[in-house]
Amino acid sequence: MLRPRLQALHPVAWWCWAGTLAVAASRTTNLVLLGLIFAVVAWVVTTRRGDNPWARSFGTLVRLGIFVILIRLVIQVLFGDRVPGDTWFSLPSLPLPHWAAGVTIGGPVTAQAAIGAICQGAQIAVILACFGAANSLASSFRLLRCVPAGLYEVAVAVTVAISFTPQVVASIARVRDARRLRGRATTGLRGWHGLAVPVLDGALERSVALAASMDARGFGRRSISPRRRRLTATATLGGLVGLGIGLFEVLYSSSASGVGLAVIGFGGALVVGGMAAASHGSRSRYRPDRWFVTESVVVCSALAALAGVLAAGGSDPSSLTQPLYPLGLPDLPLGALAGILLAVLPSFIAPTPRSTRAVMSEAVA
Amino acid sequence: MIRFDRVTVTYPGATTPVLEDVTLAVQEGLFALVIGATGVGKSTLLRCVNGLVPHFSGGRLNGTVTVDGRSTEHYRPRDLADTVGFVGQDADASFVADTVEDELAYAMENLGIDAATMRRRVEDVLDTLNLHALRQRAITTLSGGQRQRVAIGAAFTAAPRALVLDEPTSSLDPVSAEEVLAALARLVHDQGTTILVAEHRLERIAQFADVVIDLGSSPGQLRTGSPAAIFATADLAPPVVRLARLAGWSPVPLSVRDARRQAPELRRLLGANRQWTVPPVKGDRIAKVKGLTASYGPIPALAEVGLELHEGEVVALMGRNGAGKSTLLHHLVGLRRPQRGLVEVLGRSPAALSAREAIRLVGLVPQDPGSLLCADSVGAECSAGDRDSGLVEGTTRQVLESLVGGISDVAHPKDLSEGQRLALALALVLAPEPPLLLLDEPTRGLDYRAKEHLSARLRELAGRGHCVVVATHDVELVAEVADRVIVLADGEVITDGPARSVVCHSAGLASQVSRILAPAEWLTVEEVATAIAMAAPSNEGAT
Repeated sequence: MLRPRLQALHPVAWWCWAGTLAVAASRTTNLVLLGLIFAVVAWVVTTRRGDNPWARSFGTLVRLGIFVILIRLVIQVLFGDRVPGDTWFSLPSLPLPHWAAGVTIGGPVTAQAAIGAICQGAQIAVILACFGAANSLASSFRLLRCVPAGLYEVAVAVTVAISFTPQVVASIARVRDARRLRGRATTGLRGWHGLAVPVLDGALERSVALAASMDARGFGRRSISPRRRRLTATATLGGLVGLGIGLFEVLYSSSASGVGLAVIGFGGALVVGGMAAASHGSRSRYRPDRWFVTESVVVCSALAALAGVLAAGGSDPSSLTQPLYPLGLPDLPLGALAGILLAVLPSFIAPTPRSTRAVMSEAVA
Repeated sequence: MIRFDRVTVTYPGATTPVLEDVTLAVQEGLFALVIGATGVGKSTLLRCVNGLVPHFSGGRLNGTVTVDGRSTEHYRPRDLADTVGFVGQDADASFVADTVEDELAYAMENLGIDAATMRRRVEDVLDTLNLHALRQRAITTLSGGQRQRVAIGAAFTAAPRALVLDEPTSSLDPVSAEEVLAALARLVHDQGTTILVAEHRLERIAQFADVVIDLGSSPGQLRTGSPAAIFATADLAPPVVRLARLAGWSPVPLSVRDARRQAPELRRLLGANRQWTVPPVKGDRIAKVKGLTASYGPIPALAEVGLELHEGEVVALMGRNGAGKSTLLHHLVGLRRPQRGLVEVLGRSPAALSAREAIRLVGLVPQDPGSLLCADSVGAECSAGDRDSGLVEGTTRQVLESLVGGISDVAHPKDLSEGQRLALALALVLAPEPPLLLLDEPTRGLDYRAKEHLSARLRELAGRGHCVVVATHDVELVAEVADRVIVLADGEVITDGPARSVVCHSAGLASQVSRILAPAEWLTVEEVATAIAMAAPSNEGAT
């Protein structure tokens, strides 16, 4: 089946792509690999995001990531474990009473400690960037439409929660405008003082109005019996938790064990069963998102990156970390590099979203 | 179709009920119009129909409300979604989806309507509401009026048997409002949909109504009847009705067409060739805009706008939804910095000033005046205003008293009526005496009495030397207060001229009285009343 001209890439494909890259990033503290993952993600976002409001979330999360790195570094310098190694400088150390053993304030700061902190911070920052990329590339509303009927309560909560952030942003803008109109400072520390209450008040009011509007338009109509819905919701959520625990077990435990795989299998079965039972004809889809070959290729490109990283870790675990003793440049595991580079594929094959300007001029023509 | 049986509603924490002992019935296929003073419970009445009151609002509802035989006691709003479509006052807060098409389809998806029907109905609604050019647009990129039409469309698509709308045209320009009303009338006539609408601006909608439900000005004054019967005596009446009462026409006409047929005698009495003196440009220049260009992301908002504002004039800023009126006001008040071009108020650029300096030059009452208010009592709000602008304690309170008397110091701003809230916001903005005063859509939610009051205050301010700029869709307000009208279209100044000639010679912007008495250039009922009083003995003499 051919992809219709206007069909955007399936939101689930974007989320799988970004999620897989985030998992890959979580396996390494090698700054070269992390940098490459970030570059790939940023490139795909800049070439394939639209000009809609949610497309800006990437920038926000990248800024948040930079903040995380800085905070991680500051915490390490002030309160971190005293990592042995080449001392850069020493902070005056605060003697603490014996019950606070294990906590240190100040003391010598080593290159190893600082670089280790930066690597860990960078890892979190790249994971955040992947999350931002998914938000920028796929509309969260379209993603939610893929949630089966049985998870309605969850979907309501998520829809309102998702709308809450933009509401807060809009609310901040409104309140700041109003403050300026009343002659109060809008910049600096004084500008932020006293902002929280009116902002949250406004955003909360609007979220309640949104919930009322959803209700008035039939959201969550009783199409399957409440008992069955609770059952399917429990099964699906329980399954998802199982999947998460299983994945964690497989990805993070040092020794490979069958337990993790078994949990994954059990969780997966629960999710599939729950969703199948819940999707029992209750609501319909207008222009449903469909899965084409492109979607599969996009997901596979990210899987290639993950496979490359896992393979590199399998053959030489140290190639995924920053060498600290002695300090040196990180390894360049070729398999991992090649795999991550493959993940840039969506930037060439995913459909380009149309800009507002294009939509407007097309409508006029 | 819609039945209220002895309904009394009391909100949580309130001591007196909002609705008291309301009994009414709206037959299937009727267009019912709910009128009443601000704050008398129109919205509550509408929200009872699909059970949002009390299921969503809390509070107590005594009596029964039934729609299509289903009582809201047993059915929640979501269970009534296939029967009642609801469009609330704040369209912005109702959007779920990102794009226009998805938003329109949302209710149908929830009802499980099959894909082919959905496609067809979305197409129908896109045509009915003239939205086809916007189908793929993100809702956040639309103008206020476009959003309002999308919200109405989103309730249309599910093809409900009854449609409930709370002030659907109050944020629309005259032409879009006519389109929406025409679409509603079409639904009533072609599909037998029952429609229940609450409105303050009755001049356009009165002629479409089959039934009028008048809530009066306090609980317990409910009257129901045919439009002609209700409007013959109702407190709140559109200009055409007031003109009819003045001229003693019977039956009371509700449309310009019916009024014109009864008007020849009045037109003769008033004379056709009256010469109006054009008011001279009043005083010194206060503000100057030159070559101003602005855009929101990819969407152009203003293109090479140039204009001058003078002391003592009231300027109406008109134009379609999304024409750039609010953007222009935001530039004048310094909320936005010009991307290109020049904005000067008394020779200074408002965007470059500190907030405290700026409010002494120019004040803006935004579209939602409540957003200016943040204290929990009127008294606290007023003293905060004094502190903000460095005025003597009590100044703002005095200004408020001169605008509207009798507002208690301890009242919470949220408990005030729309008119009182507007007055409070206006007092806060006026207290530092800015020579330039801007108002963005001030009449939204105001009944006729509150509007008259506002017009009188604005004229007073102009008389004291302020320059007042009002961005509005309300042609009747323009007819009453404006000296000069500036019309924007797609970010450009199209017309800039004396109010009388612009209002009387434009198809979309003409006031009801000017339409009825054309070709003579009469604007308001008051003018006609004065002229009749003066000309009563003979036909000439009025100048």
